[in-house]
Amino acid sequence: MIIAAIDSYLEVAPLAWRDAVVQWCPEPTQWLVHHLITIVAILAVFGTLFAFTPLAERKLLGRLQNRLGPNRSGLPWWQNGPKLWGLTQPFADAVKALTKEDIVPAAADKLLHFLAPVLIVAFSLLTFAVLPFGRHLVPVGLDAALLYFFAAGSATELAIFMAGWASRNKYSLLAAMRALAQVISYELPLILSVVPIVLIAGTLSLQDIVLAQGFWTFGFLPHWFVFTPWGFAGFLLFLVSALAESNRSPFDLPEAESELIAGHLTEYSGFKYALFFMAEYFGLTALSGLGVTLFLGGWQAPCAFLQFIPSWLWFMGKVIGMLLLFIWIRGTLLRLRIDQLTRLAWQFMVPLTLINLGNAAFWSLTAGWTGPLQLVRWGVSLAIIVIPFVLLGRRLSAGRHPRTYRYAAS
Amino acid sequence: MSVSDLSSFTPSSGPTVRAVKDPFHGDLLEVSMGPQHPSTHGVFRMVVTLDGEVVVKLKPVFGYLHRNHEKIAENTTYLGSMPYTDRLDYLCSMTTNWAYALAVEKLAGQAVPDRAQYLRVILAEMTRLVNHSCLVGFLFNDLGTSFTPLLYAFREREKILDLFEALSGSRMMCNFQRFGGCRVDPTPEWLAAASRLVDNYPRFLDEYETMLTANEIMLARTQGIGILDAKLAVNAGITGPCLRASGYNYDLRKVDGYGFYPRFDFKVPLGAHGDTYDRYMMRILEMRESVKILQQAFRDLPGGPVMDPKAKIRGFRPKAGEAYGRIESPKGELGFYLISDGTPNPYRYRVRPPSLINLTLLEEMCLGHTIADSVVILGSVDIVLGEVDR
Repeated sequence: MIIAAIDSYLEVAPLAWRDAVVQWCPEPTQWLVHHLITIVAILAVFGTLFAFTPLAERKLLGRLQNRLGPNRSGLPWWQNGPKLWGLTQPFADAVKALTKEDIVPAAADKLLHFLAPVLIVAFSLLTFAVLPFGRHLVPVGLDAALLYFFAAGSATELAIFMAGWASRNKYSLLAAMRALAQVISYELPLILSVVPIVLIAGTLSLQDIVLAQGFWTFGFLPHWFVFTPWGFAGFLLFLVSALAESNRSPFDLPEAESELIAGHLTEYSGFKYALFFMAEYFGLTALSGLGVTLFLGGWQAPCAFLQFIPSWLWFMGKVIGMLLLFIWIRGTLLRLRIDQLTRLAWQFMVPLTLINLGNAAFWSLTAGWTGPLQLVRWGVSLAIIVIPFVLLGRRLSAGRHPRTYRYAAS
Repeated sequence: MSVSDLSSFTPSSGPTVRAVKDPFHGDLLEVSMGPQHPSTHGVFRMVVTLDGEVVVKLKPVFGYLHRNHEKIAENTTYLGSMPYTDRLDYLCSMTTNWAYALAVEKLAGQAVPDRAQYLRVILAEMTRLVNHSCLVGFLFNDLGTSFTPLLYAFREREKILDLFEALSGSRMMCNFQRFGGCRVDPTPEWLAAASRLVDNYPRFLDEYETMLTANEIMLARTQGIGILDAKLAVNAGITGPCLRASGYNYDLRKVDGYGFYPRFDFKVPLGAHGDTYDRYMMRILEMRESVKILQQAFRDLPGGPVMDPKAKIRGFRPKAGEAYGRIESPKGELGFYLISDGTPNPYRYRVRPPSLINLTLLEEMCLGHTIADSVVILGSVDIVLGEVDR
């Protein structure tokens, strides 16, 4: 009983605090304060998350690579104080980025060179507006939230191109071209991979999509979309497209450091560079949030009896899990070449997403099948996606296999 | 294929990919990669002409690390050059030392005791492990991993470098070989530690290969990329794993049988396609063969001195004459050509650097591939700029 009371309070606590502040303001400014508080809350929460994600990335990569990662930064003005496991590293990095000299190349387009980092952060922040962070926490309850998300999210590539073009650097220009080729290729599978969700849930509103996943079989088997054949395939396709969309390894071609030095970031330094860095992680977090919302039940608890934990904690936990997965992938994989990247998109991802759409349609048509027919439904649905996957995959990697070698006779 | 097949061969002339330059295709983009670039393995520069992302022309530019090595060696004593040879191929100072010692021993007719010969084989093969591990790690960095394979390779390299430090006092600049033997005799503890390391090495290779050799992206990025024709390679003087990856059987450990290599049982792996993947696999397979050689060497290591007692350290003046000593360094044929006029200094001192000569066909390998591939091809050739520029 007490738990339920605490829970119901925690669930609405952020809203209650906001309303308290708004009530305290004079009437004509209330709408403004209301929105400003929402914006500040998003900036504060995801800004903090951004500060610690690179630290987590460096530490996790360090562990993957048989080393420790940053663990030296302690407290300021305390030489031999506690080291705090390097947790103050983000603040040291921020101070460093802010105090560095801001170098603009003489031949650069000054206005665009300045505008690009500002725009990229703005665009990547816009996407947070429609994500349902909790049962009652939806900043903007748009009906067409999904469409809005993709519109705002793909605008970041414009800023990347702007940066590459304005820098007047050949590496930056190549990176800008790559970024455009990449976004044109991967926007399609990214959107197509979530269309099945819209088909099944029957809505473009993200909150309604989350609500559609809020059931449990026997109280512990959640009805998240990822636990259906079409949902699982859609989740994997979404994951790969999201990696490409946020320029993460193995699709980090625009900033391929072994070829293009730093790609579109080559001519940026100091805080402008940090802004790009921030935008990359904001974009990654937003896409993780979208993936969680669409496939992993959003803010829903995995088991019915775990519902006492506030929904926004579940959401953040799942987003952090997705971020750690992205970091793990970065620590493991090699980079594709640009032609292989586009070939993967057009010859593999797009056909599979279209087939998956048909798969979801089948799933929706056979919703009434029960008993043994349920098994048939699962089998057919799995076959619809696995067979094309194997065939297309074979075609994609035709002629490539590990080799056996001969040895000289003597 | 044998040498007689090569007589009918005419080298291909110039680029095989023609640049398209018309109003529709627009201009070509000339990018000067290096000398400050993360993937040129030192201060190397490639002037790359790109049509989109495809390389239509590539001009290697080197000399940024030239330090007059050969002329300095002609103005110092024979022994005085030994520390300088460390700096040629700074990843493999043990083998560079050996090549120089071999040339001087040939010049002076100096004998080397058995234990020193075994020790030289042990150190040379350990150097091969160091070099190939590093190369493979750096190759994966060029392929776009975030340092993970490189740091796993470095973990093993560190263990060997620790042993080198324990033996010679220096991790990379070992300065260990002398004319007529080696500088110090390893302790039994050192030999036991080295033997243990070598026995554990295949486990590292297995771990490495499980993750990477059959990786789909790895196959897509390296198979069929940067193909080097065997005839062209022989005509250009390419040696080492690069040549063997093209399928030509030429390993100086077998051909010359210098040192005590004829006493060891090992095989020479050969590639069939001559592409980047073959060059990568040659390194992995050679490391496995090196482990075999090392195990035999630790088993058969004889007692005795490591230095010929009659060898002359001070006032060393070989008789007038000339000599060419060469070994199979991890990168290819490393040779030293010396002319003596009877004075304490060599009259002429010339290095045949495998890195430089293997680099000469870089353009042929890169043409028609993308800029991303050219970085990987350069990585698979295995150069050290200290040796290229001297």
